[in-house]
Amino acid sequence: MSQTIANPPDIHLGTEYFGKPVNRVDGPAKVTGAAKYAAEFNVPDLYYGVVVNSPITVGKIIKINSAPILRIPGVVQVFSHENVPTLAWRDKNYKDDIAPGGSPFRPLHEPNIMFNMQPVALVVAETYELARYAASLLEIEYEATAHQTNLEFKRKDGFHPGKEKSSWTPPPPPRGNPKEAYEKAPHQHEAEYIHLAQHNNPMENFATTAEWLGDGKKLNIYDKTQGAPNVQKYIMNIFGLSKEEAHVVSRYTGGGFGSGLRPQHQVFMAVLAALELKHSVRVSLTREQMFSFGHRPHILQTLKVAADDTGALQSLQHETLSETSQFENFTEMVVNWSGVLYQCENVKLDYELAKIDVYTPMDMRAPGAASGSFALECALDELSYKAGRDPLEFRLLNYADTDLNEKKPFSSKKLRECYHQGAAKFGWDKRSPTPRSMRDGDLLVGWGMATGIWDAGQKKAAAKASLTAEGHLTVSSATNDIGTGTYTVMAQIAADTLGLPLTDVKAVLGDTTLPEAPVQGGSATAASVGMAVQTVCKALGEKLLKLAQKMDKSPLKGIDFENVQFVDGQIRANEDISKTVAIKDVLAASGEDKLEAEATASPDMLKQAPYSKHAHNAVFVEVKVDEELGTLHVTRVVNAVAAGRIVNPKTARSQVLGSVVWGISMALMEESVMDHNFGRYMNHDLAEYHIPVHADVHDIDVILVEEEDDIVNPLGIKGIGEVGFLGVAAAIANAAYHATGKRVRHLPVSLDKLL
Amino acid sequence: MNSFTLTKATTVEAAVNDNAAHYGSAYLGGGTNLIDLMKGNIERPTHLIGLNKLPLHQIENLPDGGLRLGALATNADTAYHPEVQARYPLLSQGILAGASAQLRNMATDAGNLLQRTRCYYFYDTATPCNKREPGSGCSAIAGFNRIHAILGQSESCIATHPSDMAVPLAALEAVVQVSGPDGTRSIKFADFHRLPGDTPELDNNLQRGELITSIDLPKKGFEKHYTYLKLRDRTSYAFALVSVAAALELDGDTIVEGRLALGGVAHKPWRDQDAEALLKGQPATVDTFRRVAAKVVQGAKGYSSNTFKIELAKRAIVRALKQATEMNYPTDTNAFLNSNP
Repeated sequence: MSQTIANPPDIHLGTEYFGKPVNRVDGPAKVTGAAKYAAEFNVPDLYYGVVVNSPITVGKIIKINSAPILRIPGVVQVFSHENVPTLAWRDKNYKDDIAPGGSPFRPLHEPNIMFNMQPVALVVAETYELARYAASLLEIEYEATAHQTNLEFKRKDGFHPGKEKSSWTPPPPPRGNPKEAYEKAPHQHEAEYIHLAQHNNPMENFATTAEWLGDGKKLNIYDKTQGAPNVQKYIMNIFGLSKEEAHVVSRYTGGGFGSGLRPQHQVFMAVLAALELKHSVRVSLTREQMFSFGHRPHILQTLKVAADDTGALQSLQHETLSETSQFENFTEMVVNWSGVLYQCENVKLDYELAKIDVYTPMDMRAPGAASGSFALECALDELSYKAGRDPLEFRLLNYADTDLNEKKPFSSKKLRECYHQGAAKFGWDKRSPTPRSMRDGDLLVGWGMATGIWDAGQKKAAAKASLTAEGHLTVSSATNDIGTGTYTVMAQIAADTLGLPLTDVKAVLGDTTLPEAPVQGGSATAASVGMAVQTVCKALGEKLLKLAQKMDKSPLKGIDFENVQFVDGQIRANEDISKTVAIKDVLAASGEDKLEAEATASPDMLKQAPYSKHAHNAVFVEVKVDEELGTLHVTRVVNAVAAGRIVNPKTARSQVLGSVVWGISMALMEESVMDHNFGRYMNHDLAEYHIPVHADVHDIDVILVEEEDDIVNPLGIKGIGEVGFLGVAAAIANAAYHATGKRVRHLPVSLDKLL
Repeated sequence: MNSFTLTKATTVEAAVNDNAAHYGSAYLGGGTNLIDLMKGNIERPTHLIGLNKLPLHQIENLPDGGLRLGALATNADTAYHPEVQARYPLLSQGILAGASAQLRNMATDAGNLLQRTRCYYFYDTATPCNKREPGSGCSAIAGFNRIHAILGQSESCIATHPSDMAVPLAALEAVVQVSGPDGTRSIKFADFHRLPGDTPELDNNLQRGELITSIDLPKKGFEKHYTYLKLRDRTSYAFALVSVAAALELDGDTIVEGRLALGGVAHKPWRDQDAEALLKGQPATVDTFRRVAAKVVQGAKGYSSNTFKIELAKRAIVRALKQATEMNYPTDTNAFLNSNP
């Protein structure tokens, strides 16, 4: 694999670490096993809970016969709707920060079954093996009624969801006259694009260790989550616990990809059992059981696009039908992006839901955009051939300089540079335009490309900074690092702001006793927590300056905070850098053993409001196809990303590499196949839910395109976790067409579809 | 997983006696499949007989010029054994196309033959499956059957045998040596695994308590013209949609003898001797191979999601025979474009 990293931009901090490819500060802990995950907290005297899942999809439980397994020595208790104590009864108590509209699922609440694999009981025993054995013996009598799990049969039952979730924006109203413009245009394309449900499948299985502290109802709750504060509120609201009683810890998260945004049922189960049994309890889910909750929804998408003879887009109509559960309306932005990405005056975007008997879908990496951009970018590729334009040329012809959905300029948009730099690196100009015209020996070669777009968002977040007399700085916030590099980015920003060596800075995350920050997701954490860390370090710097000015013969007396710099462990006057005070001396003189500050950073709404804020990318892909056997390999990928200032090109590049692998996965392998006779996903393990192996991944080139943006936030960070993934699946499908002349519009592009 | 007892046998006789003495016992080799099945509550033995102390780890030459693979030789040791690599490269290639390096380090040769189907429904105790619960019904026939059989299936089961190693062993006409309560016997490879018929719970013809002691390879290894072609949904760590073990003996361009076995298409490694007969004495050309391929899939039947395998099998047979003839395909471990190991 080769690597291209644009020079990091100059920034106006200490500039020691920002923009440098610093190693992950949490790397050693992770590779040595010192980093502990939720199921690894071996607290003393632990019970183990195993969840029992419903084999039916819709119906009810008639009877649970716990008595026989309760007679097995070592089996402690069986929890079900029959014996769960009275808990909170209002829906709002079960709504977490990320919950969509509707009535959240309440585990063990009632005998009704609403989806296959619904958790119906928890068997608690003194060992995991015993709990699992007892769970296998638990007799439950069900009464099944008819179910419908196939979205295909709900095509006529779509409805428009209301704005029941603040983070979801419904599609904008139609603009221009898309129907008429389509009819008039000389080049038209209409097709349906489909993918089935997909499951997040992070490497770490969901688990909770609830530690009973023997002091009232106090618990330490070690949970697998993307947001400890979200879990804490959920638990407090259901079980009536105080913040002190529900102490949630999640220092490390072995991947989430959205699955840990909402609290999942294992944390409910573990807390319930711990409180009822007054004992520490661990509940871990198996890989199969991780198919019992959310997933990327099955979506049907219709694209109608048309262009004139100059290649200008005349009409863009993007309509989708997405599955949701019977009890919640899961919404994501699938179509909105189609109105932003290209210059088109006649646009109709429509997003409908249909209810089927599944658990509520959930966010999965680049939720909405992943599905929408796949369909949009394939449709535009198809139209480019019809209009006789090179796919890249076609996109440049229809480049949007303003966001026509919101009628606002972009805060910054270096997509054109992504196209140019990506194409140059890939060698796009050597592409032969005709499908089936490029070969490597007996193999067909295809070159395809696509574009991605994602929001650049900063959210309100708080952080704390604590400096010891020895000059060791700790910065902390309650949110998580899900492997994205948050720990490292925090340490870099803190070190720069206070002019300290990185080795003297420690970042702490994933603990509800720390200042609150939103769930780790949406590519917003580097910006949100990064700003909080910078803000709190500046606050600490101001305190340091004041203390320094109180020192005898302080050379910094009377100098404003704006006129000093923090470099090499010293505070220096800007005008005369010989005027210095060492930070360690400040603390020594003050007599304090540590200095602390806490601060909250919020986005500057006034400054941001006039702008549309997005990150973009352009992906170029080469595939080679053995046509006789249908086998396809992605031999080369160039992914050029413009995502504002890059705090750490090493962790950023890793994110994009992972994104490309995920894109290969989505394009060629992933789908959760449901047997609608049972209403059950059948490939519920990693042997049959395929994701790429190393041998499926070849040359990946990452270009981090320079992009300055002081509107998104003062640090200029846009976030890179999702955008790098977008466009990859579409570019692969487009390359497959270029190679073979076959359009596969139903993912994944598996070998049977190319035969 | 239910509770079980475990003993470790040190002789074949002791292992066989221990098995006879405990109803519901199972032999434990590498455990790479059995333990998973126990965790999933699919296999519920009450007594395990650990075999790893038995003196069955050796790979040794036989007086008749063949090669004996000890039942407990690991898949990895077998694939990389110099005698196997030199004389039976088809077998080596087949083994290395399966599982992962970690699994091959643990898995034994006998255990490989005894691994159970990967049918989704067999693994999911919430669904009916005739192989797991005889008489409960086959969910795959009207369900999701991408990895299921197109040949030799029955109304009661359309599962496939998942082994890669067994496919070249079928082509090479290996012989399975077993010891049991009634003494020792030899089973021809073609007679070892079964078709499902109306007893899909039986994967093979071992009698109760019989223990595999070795897998014997005959002298003829087809080391000059061979290929194991495996087509699957990703490049490694996936079971075959279709795999083909092809072995040829050529005299110039004429085929003296040809062997062909398919994996991923039936309840056992699929050999069609009538089709092989169409190779004998014929020129090694694509036309010949196409006739053979058409013969193999004659009578093949697809279901909702695996019908493509009929066409895929035909093409794979032609490609495998062509590769075996020409022997110019990349055989290195990164030969991804060939979908070989």
